[in-house]
Amino acid sequence: MAKKESTFTNMLLTLFIVTLASSAALGFVYEFTKEPISIAKSAKKNLAIERVTPSFDNNPGNEMFGVPADGDSVYFYIARNGNDTVGYAAETYSNIAFGGTLKLLVGFLPDGTVKEIAVLEHKETPGLGDKMLKSKTNWSTQFEGENPSEYTLKVKKDGGDVDAITASTITSRAYCDAVQRAYDALEKGGKQ
Amino acid sequence: MNQGRNFLKGFIKENPVFVLFLGLCPTLGTTGSALNGLSMGLATTFVLVLSNVFISVFARFIPDKVRIPSYIVIIASFVTIVDLLMSAYTNTPGPHGEPSLYDNLGIFIPLIVVNCIVLGRAEAFASKNSVLSSLLDGLGIGLGFAFALTLLGTVREVLGNGSVFGYKFITGDGILIFIMAPGAFLALGYLIMIMNKIKQRTAKV
Repeated sequence: MAKKESTFTNMLLTLFIVTLASSAALGFVYEFTKEPISIAKSAKKNLAIERVTPSFDNNPGNEMFGVPADGDSVYFYIARNGNDTVGYAAETYSNIAFGGTLKLLVGFLPDGTVKEIAVLEHKETPGLGDKMLKSKTNWSTQFEGENPSEYTLKVKKDGGDVDAITASTITSRAYCDAVQRAYDALEKGGKQ
Repeated sequence: MNQGRNFLKGFIKENPVFVLFLGLCPTLGTTGSALNGLSMGLATTFVLVLSNVFISVFARFIPDKVRIPSYIVIIASFVTIVDLLMSAYTNTPGPHGEPSLYDNLGIFIPLIVVNCIVLGRAEAFASKNSVLSSLLDGLGIGLGFAFALTLLGTVREVLGNGSVFGYKFITGDGILIFIMAPGAFLALGYLIMIMNKIKQRTAKV
């Protein structure tokens, strides 16, 4: 069979049919994957929140609010067990990290004590700055159980209470900066 | 015989990474670990096979002057399908909160659409050959690409992290540069050298 000639109508028709067929196919796949995608997304968020707060029975992903902090916002998720608020998860950030933005999820108990901290997003150097990850070392456990009202969130070099990661003072400072931002926002309007 | 060659050429003789040097951006960008490399290779294989089959079926209905836009639309549709499927089913983080596979591959999945292997095979092979040959060609080249990415990912993971597919067998840090971007170039360079050596030796015999 001979190839179709490149006349205006032929080209127009071909492109029309190709785009129509592919958009129909995409629409179908989109409908089909819409639910699994949203389930996976909210499960991912709840899984992260679960790691930093006491156990809860609500869906913290639905109870989210932002508190403005330094030109951006810290987002809070409330963990409830029955009618009691058992903790807050604060999605916070720092712009003074070694590479790009550092994003943490800090879990607070209702009185402001740090429960646990998880790293959401980072671009720190593998083997140096990424020792802040729980899967690498237990450096970040030193924050657990401390209340930032009486625990200075600065590395010891800067007169604070935090042991910096060896050879990663910048990362450690950014980590403290992010936790401090979360705590300030919690004090300012996070408790609801 | 001929069909076998269509399939096998992608592994050594026309390996897209080691011989043709195509698709180097995802090759260097996603091979920090063996699993990432393998998944990236398989996602590309999926797109390559389906777009090859579709294009070999429909090529004769597509006028020459609009063939490239048509191919790109077909390829882009399959890439979007892969992206949607992966964000639905491979988006679960690891037990210690490690980023999910979908997060790890990130922007490189949508970028398959501009991977020159995919359009290259569509233009150079699928538009001129039968459906079966195109299917085998896509499968061979795709798996060859996956093989190269897995090999590179394994080498980088072993040297940089002391683990294979996430199973750590050396405690402590490895040679960290191999996990970072410069290590990708180093490892790829040495792998190409070894591949060329092997090819020379087999050519002599």
